[in-house]
Amino acid sequence: MVAADDFEIAGRRFGSRLIMGSGGYPNQQVMLDALEASGTEVVTVSIRRVSLEGYSESMVDLIGSRYTLLPNTAGCESVRDAVLTAELAREALETDWVKLELIGDRETLMPDGIQLVEAAEQLVKSGFQVLPYCTDDPILCQRLVDVGSSAVMPLGSPIGSGMGICNPFNLEMIVRRSTVPVVCDAGIGTASDAAQALEIGCDAVMLNTAVSRSNDPVSMAAAMRRAVEAGRLAHRAGRIPRRRYAEPSSPQLGLIGS
Amino acid sequence: MSVHFAGSRSRDRPRVAIIGAGVSGLGIGWRLAAAGCTVDLFERNFAGGGASWAAAGMLAAGVEAEPGEEALFRLNRMAQQLWPEFRSELEAESRRDIGYRDDGTLVVASTRDDLEQLRHVATFQAGIGVELEWLTAAEARRREPCLRAGLAGAVFSPHDHQVDNRRLAMALKDAALARGCRLHEARTVDAVDLEAGRLRGIVVNGERHRADIVINAAGAWANRIDGVPEPCRPPVRPVKGQMAALRMDRSHPIATRVIWGPNTYLAPKADGRLLIGATVEERGFDDDLTAGGIMAVIEAAWRVLPGIEELPVDELWAGFRPTSRDDAPVLGASGLDGLLLATGHHRNGILLAPVTANLLAELVLTGRTDPAIDAFGLDRFRRVSHAGAAS
Repeated sequence: MVAADDFEIAGRRFGSRLIMGSGGYPNQQVMLDALEASGTEVVTVSIRRVSLEGYSESMVDLIGSRYTLLPNTAGCESVRDAVLTAELAREALETDWVKLELIGDRETLMPDGIQLVEAAEQLVKSGFQVLPYCTDDPILCQRLVDVGSSAVMPLGSPIGSGMGICNPFNLEMIVRRSTVPVVCDAGIGTASDAAQALEIGCDAVMLNTAVSRSNDPVSMAAAMRRAVEAGRLAHRAGRIPRRRYAEPSSPQLGLIGS
Repeated sequence: MSVHFAGSRSRDRPRVAIIGAGVSGLGIGWRLAAAGCTVDLFERNFAGGGASWAAAGMLAAGVEAEPGEEALFRLNRMAQQLWPEFRSELEAESRRDIGYRDDGTLVVASTRDDLEQLRHVATFQAGIGVELEWLTAAEARRREPCLRAGLAGAVFSPHDHQVDNRRLAMALKDAALARGCRLHEARTVDAVDLEAGRLRGIVVNGERHRADIVINAAGAWANRIDGVPEPCRPPVRPVKGQMAALRMDRSHPIATRVIWGPNTYLAPKADGRLLIGATVEERGFDDDLTAGGIMAVIEAAWRVLPGIEELPVDELWAGFRPTSRDDAPVLGASGLDGLLLATGHHRNGILLAPVTANLLAELVLTGRTDPAIDAFGLDRFRRVSHAGAAS
């Protein structure tokens, strides 16, 4: 087997390359069981949708001690909103990590690249470890790294769409050029999509809906865990080149009887 | 099923204190008082004033069934079957009409994406035994002519009915009082009263109230009662919902049965109120109405039934679903002798009222936990929490 294959973001090491969301589960027990089955160590929490007071049975109360919480700025549409939301999360959750989401409009939920770079720069300057959710554009990812982002999180396809990785070529280009970890985020529909992200060379994958809205979230979470492991192993092992014609796996000449 | 305890004598019967006079507590109190128990109901607000008041009164075991909640579906289905008799008994004893309507529920899909989602959900629901009938857009609009034109499709659920939840609460209160329950409103229970680890009653406003049996039916507040040992507290939290009531023309209501659409439901009541809801928010006991919350509620309803834009707003409110960790109720033993639980009903408290009333009363009177609620005890959380689900 391959030796320990931790990955690192901003100086913190993680054994699991799967980052999970916490929204849309049928109920909290299913969420807890699914997170457990996924083997994840990092769970995102939507700051604007969830009360940050750790009252009994609240999200923070239930998962805060077990997982690294990664607050996100979901629902923000301006630099000001995103920065304020991140500050709020830092104060309440005592973490300087933030998954920066800055949405261009509510129909597509596509990231607003221009505002994203500005917000990332501001947050980095005020001491945050910024993980921006962005489009799968290699140049935008470069700009985000230029202003000090700790990782980039390009989308596979639109949030919640389950369409998988629509442009694997872009993602591969981002991975090849990136000097920070690349986390494929959004659009994962099923286990093979997650495996593909790791095969391409992403350092990790972040997903939510594919598990939380499946018919059996706990089984799907277990499937994602294995898919991420499989994809990572396959990436390290190195895929064979594609060929146009068949190539026998053993010699065809010199066979007995020929 | 009805619960009859003929020939009972109050001196054989336990003295019962119930924390929370919502439909759960009132229903249990009504049944126990009818069986001859001395029953005191303590309510922090007014009887029926919590989630029972804030609810929409849908008795929807079918269209609300979700993957992973098959056991809850069976309990909800059982409750649906108990409703007609429960209703007759209650209306007879309270002399009130509780607005029970058995005209089914329509679920509509607005766009092709919605239709895919509805197919996905309906396939699951049909698989667990929910009777559903697919309708074309034209058929759906024949049943509800004010539905938005250009629907993608619809299903009709013939067994998902509704009741007027506020009338239900008032009827249960009257029936309980008529049977001799004592109701203490605006009285918050501070703590259970323990002596050397044994339950002696409760403490209300600093005064002790003796009881043989205490039933925690305190809804979203159920895990805030002092003195209860940690393992005996139900894992229940408030889940906020914002709602609106619009006033329809009673002679020409724009909806005649419960309609579900993407992110919305509309429940027309006999008095002309059209209840629309509801947000689902993890905000603790924050009861603010927000512009975004109300907008979301109204906009989603308007996408299904555009005619609501003409209607006057009758009322806006926010309430707290008493939600357990797995969205299913917590019913029965607490682990502390004499303390029973009837909370955590999430969005099914009205639907489950007959089950809660009948089976908790049976548990008090006979000591027997009905098999139907066996899987809904507090101990299920202890079982799960350490096992984990990892392979």
